[in-house]
Amino acid sequence: MTALTLTNVNKSFGKIHVLKDINIQIEEGEFAVFVGPSGCGKSTLLRVIAGLEDASSGEIQIGEDVVNLTPPSKRGIAMVFQSYALYPHLNVRKNMSLALKQEKQPKDVIEQRVAEASRMLDLEDYLDRYPSELSGGQRQRVAIGRAIVRHPKIFLFDEPLSNLDAALRMNTRIEIAGLHSQLAASMIYVTHDQTEAMTLADKIVVLRDGRVEQVGSPMELYNNPANQFVAGFLGSPAMNFFPAGVVGEGGNLTIGVRPEDLRLADDGALSVTVNHVEKLGGDTNVIAHAGDQRITARLFGQHDIAAGQQLQFGYDSARAYRFDDAGHRVR
Amino acid sequence: MNKARTNPLNTAAMHGALILYTLIALFPVFVILINSFKTRKAIFREPLAMPDADSFSLIGYQTVMKQGDFFLYFQNSMIVTVASLFFVLLFGAMAAFALSEYRFKGNMLMGLYLALGIMIPIRIGTVAILEMMVATGLVNSLWALILVYTAQGLPLAVFILSEFMRQVSDDLKNAGRIDGLSEYTIFFKLVLPLVRPAMATVAVFNMIPIWNDLWFPLILAPSEEVKTLTLGSQVFIGQFVTDWNAVLSALSMAILPVLALYVIFSRQLIRGITSGAVK
Ligand SMILES: Nc1ncnc2c1ncn2[C@@H]1O[C@H](COP(=O)(O)OP(=O)(O)O)[C@@H](O)[C@H]1O
Ligand SMILES: [Mg+2]
Repeated sequence: MTALTLTNVNKSFGKIHVLKDINIQIEEGEFAVFVGPSGCGKSTLLRVIAGLEDASSGEIQIGEDVVNLTPPSKRGIAMVFQSYALYPHLNVRKNMSLALKQEKQPKDVIEQRVAEASRMLDLEDYLDRYPSELSGGQRQRVAIGRAIVRHPKIFLFDEPLSNLDAALRMNTRIEIAGLHSQLAASMIYVTHDQTEAMTLADKIVVLRDGRVEQVGSPMELYNNPANQFVAGFLGSPAMNFFPAGVVGEGGNLTIGVRPEDLRLADDGALSVTVNHVEKLGGDTNVIAHAGDQRITARLFGQHDIAAGQQLQFGYDSARAYRFDDAGHRVR
Repeated sequence: MNKARTNPLNTAAMHGALILYTLIALFPVFVILINSFKTRKAIFREPLAMPDADSFSLIGYQTVMKQGDFFLYFQNSMIVTVASLFFVLLFGAMAAFALSEYRFKGNMLMGLYLALGIMIPIRIGTVAILEMMVATGLVNSLWALILVYTAQGLPLAVFILSEFMRQVSDDLKNAGRIDGLSEYTIFFKLVLPLVRPAMATVAVFNMIPIWNDLWFPLILAPSEEVKTLTLGSQVFIGQFVTDWNAVLSALSMAILPVLALYVIFSRQLIRGITSGAVK
């Protein structure tokens, strides 16, 4: 069954058209990640789904119901904010139980759900603390706990990890993935970080300038990007782009090759000058340029390459992507 | 920690400056206070001397107590000040919340219109206000003063509070909405506590002018039973003779309630600043 259906959703703030004809379907139990650069409208889209903003036009359907006119608290959603947004005057227990109290749930249900959520998130020892007495990671778990206790149809996460440091981010990411399989709930997760998108998602929705660029599973998008934007956005290091002329091909096309698809080859078509080498042990990243084009290659194993060196890179033509002037994929 | 703050020399200089300023600010109050306990002759002979066995006298306080209904004046001033502050803060905060939180047509214009009142003194409208009060039968009532002071305080209150409310995290308010809190609960329970320092600032800014005002009590509520303290004290200041003992005693006593209010608000101010420690 579908958990969420957006049909031709538009949103304008005055004259600024932020969301443009968004059509998305999310299945029940699916982990969907909305990814795109900052300012592309991800948070706005999430707020429209949550009911915190009204869509200017279009239809929002959660489960079977069209919810355009339903207030946020009645939509069966729960949201985790980037800034945690815990109630500063309530302790952890009350932060988590407030929504249930508003729903007039019986006391024992509230208690049981808070206990369940705090066990899942290892918050049992902190229930009587106030948000100001918690670390960033703990606050984030409380924010997640506040969402869990509601047993929502859809979880909404707005860049939940961006305020955490790198180590904590990785742990929390794994924890969120664990929660998803444990709760088997539909989740929508917004991020500008393609690594989070690739690692968490069942389905990625790539957004740019308020438009859906492509929808698909991480590997579908990685192996089969519909356009140059998606190709360049997913994958790290990012895909290399250079005009076809650089490798002696005709046509006004741009060629894209992923860094890991480049290999050292004496007869390779791409001659580059090395700028910098990152030796990671298992991998060697070569940052180089061919004319004005920056080229990054990710070579397996250890290589003795120094800055200033001239190299020839070759690639399998079947693993190269071709894009026209407008950035559309040419097959 | 800031380096300048830990340097003992800087600390000493900073405290020195603050102490000096405190002394300068408190000096007039101190002079009023000591002279209120002296005989009339001693006040004029040596205004800066402390009261001693010879010059000590409570005559000023006795006159004040005997004259008129001094406690009634006190009470009137207190009612007017507290009620006005209450309404200024309540309506000011509500208007500020609406202006900062909701997008509607004319939001900007409304904000400008409300801010305009900061620049135009309300006394310009005294005649019209008096006419209105007569028409509504509110002259010689405390309500006349409360309404006028509320109107007088609102522009600045809306201006300051809306600036502060814009800074309250949208996420927090949205979290409340998703959890099913009403807009009223969000306003009273989430937003107001976070702008408490600003509320205290507004209260302190408004309190002193209201407490000390002579103009509107004189025009709108001069009758005996609604006189405020400032107006009541005027009986001691004559065109030819002024009963300085009584004036100084009345002033000394008038300081106390404002001081008490100030302590309450400044405590809020500090508590507000430290409770905002949550991101
Ligand atoms: N309340 C608002 N009023 C006007 N413009 C807004 C408002 N909220 C967002 N925007 C605009 O919408 C665009 C998308 O914002 P947002 O959804 O926050 O982006 P993202 O979350 O992808 O970084 C931005 O250009 C922003 O300026
Ligand atoms: Mg955002």
